[in-house]
Amino acid sequence: MGEPVLSVDGLSVRFDRKGGALTAVDGLSFDISAGETLAIVGESGCGKSLTALALLGLVAAPGRIEGRSVKLQGRDILGLEGEALRRLRGNRIAMIFQEPMTALNPVLTIGEQIIEAITAHEDISHQKARDRAVSLLDRVRIADPRRRVNDYPHHLSGGMRQRVMIAIALACNPALLVADEPTTALDVTIQSQILELLDQIKRESGTAILLITHDLGVVSEYSDRVLVMYAGRKVEERTTRDLLKSPLHPYTRGLIAARPGRHHVNGLRTRLSEIPGMVPSLAEMPHGCGFAARCSFVVDACRIARPPLIPVGADGAVACLRIEEARASEHAAARCDAY
Amino acid sequence: MHQNTQPLVATHIEPLLTVNDLVVRFDSSRGTVHAVDGVSLSIKPGETLGLVGESGCGKSTLGRAIARLVEPQSGSVRLGGVDLTRLTRSGMRPYRRDIQVVFQDPLASLDPRCTVGMLIGEPLRIHGIGDRRQRRDRIADLLSKVGLSADSADRYPHQFSGGQRQRIGIARALALDPRLIILDEPVSALDVSVQAQILNLLVDLQSKLGVAYLFISHDLSVVEYVSDRVAVMYLGRIVETSTREKLWSSPAHPYTRALFDSIPRIDTGDLGRRRHMVQGDLPSAYNPPEGCHFHTRCPRAEEFCAVESPILRTVADSHVAACHFA
Repeated sequence: MGEPVLSVDGLSVRFDRKGGALTAVDGLSFDISAGETLAIVGESGCGKSLTALALLGLVAAPGRIEGRSVKLQGRDILGLEGEALRRLRGNRIAMIFQEPMTALNPVLTIGEQIIEAITAHEDISHQKARDRAVSLLDRVRIADPRRRVNDYPHHLSGGMRQRVMIAIALACNPALLVADEPTTALDVTIQSQILELLDQIKRESGTAILLITHDLGVVSEYSDRVLVMYAGRKVEERTTRDLLKSPLHPYTRGLIAARPGRHHVNGLRTRLSEIPGMVPSLAEMPHGCGFAARCSFVVDACRIARPPLIPVGADGAVACLRIEEARASEHAAARCDAY
Repeated sequence: MHQNTQPLVATHIEPLLTVNDLVVRFDSSRGTVHAVDGVSLSIKPGETLGLVGESGCGKSTLGRAIARLVEPQSGSVRLGGVDLTRLTRSGMRPYRRDIQVVFQDPLASLDPRCTVGMLIGEPLRIHGIGDRRQRRDRIADLLSKVGLSADSADRYPHQFSGGQRQRIGIARALALDPRLIILDEPVSALDVSVQAQILNLLVDLQSKLGVAYLFISHDLSVVEYVSDRVAVMYLGRIVETSTREKLWSSPAHPYTRALFDSIPRIDTGDLGRRRHMVQGDLPSAYNPPEGCHFHTRCPRAEEFCAVESPILRTVADSHVAACHFA
């Protein structure tokens, strides 16, 4: 596939406060190639959304973005400011959010908002920008785009608004599309329409997609590779197929096994496997493995130092000292047939 | 791990709750919404009925109307033979004990200045149950039932995580030994690992206490896990009701099939599955389509579906569906 579209090396997000900084994203590294969807999956507070925001420089003080490099198409964009950062956003990298109504401006028509995104980066006539807005609406499968272009956001349903957000994101043909929980606020029948649309755009234009989600079903059907985050760190990264077939990290196994559905054997309900306890708070992050307090395979060594990422297969990695033990354990066997 | 937690529900038992042709309308400047449009259902003692549907289908309003938190325009809600809709406010009071409600974030609607002990004890105080000391013992007992430590009683809601807050909401609902708990999206705001803890707790409590649940959710996999029977709602109407096994093995209504088809699955044997998507948006509840509400999005629809509303009819034993083709 050649050089990745995005190459992130050692990205951290810290929040300064009295008594020392809190680390919300801790030394994250990953690549995304053209035409590939990388999913970042994890539970609330794991740092997945913050990772997405950090890529676009959208972390405000007291937050700080640090790292060795964040390369977009070979060029380091880490630490860009002002005009250089503005030229990047909405142009080479675009982002769509969970709640399109809060991201859209309620007093502008959707056409004006798409035109704004185009003319912010390209010196073209208003009429040409308007024509492009209509064809973008058509591309995100909004029926009757010539009429719809004059609608205000409140005229549209949640699913249509998210289509408009995608149209705005595509306005300048970005190399990377960051989608942060793009369907979490939508009904399930609309969710599948939006995810199919994103998938189609990826296949047509070779856009690289970073998909932030908490839903392993979405991961399964719409990503090529998965990065599992826990407490600000990468704990496992695999191809989607490998991760779901043979999850290695105890947290990944726990996530898959905790999903309800298909838990009836001969008409009798079997107990869901729980992950005991809670995610540690940022202020009380342990020195060693962040998952140690909830892990059934924990040994003393896990609590002493942060487990290093061990390569698995061709391009996978897992940060766990106890993979062999976890693998051997029938108890933790994941139920991959659940949905 | 494979322990049996299924409550035994005998088929010949009289229903605990019977809802018949219930209608709830809301008038606004934009018109009238038929939030609940002639719904009938029943729940047996100790049974879980799952109620599933997309946003705006009326499932929460139906739950609230059963608890009489909103007033229905017509129809009946019978609890053990008494029609609750005919009772006055004060006449309703003794029956409020029997039906309790747990919301998505139960503490969002409660006074943040009250301790958890006060919040759980409030229903006992209102219904004049026990003296101060007995109530304190009862609060400790309820906290332990839902897996919280006794010292939680002296803390405030904001000091608890989402999962713990839901445990507190469940403890409060259990305080009066209800016969039916209406659970309105009780795990929707929780992460999957915590969601599993709460679902296991609900199942355990039901098998210990014999309480019936109306479990309202948009999440089919959660509904499948907890339910004995399931009702599917679309734009104010129930389109299909069946046992869990039958609904999942042979859904009869095209909308139910579309819902099942829309869920992204973890299916390692079938990666790259591309499904039959439902086209279009949910129609406005102010102006639902004539005839079968689903005909505008239905792959099977024919001309007369736009004219004639299908009624619920039996398609198999304990399985009804409202579709001309079912």
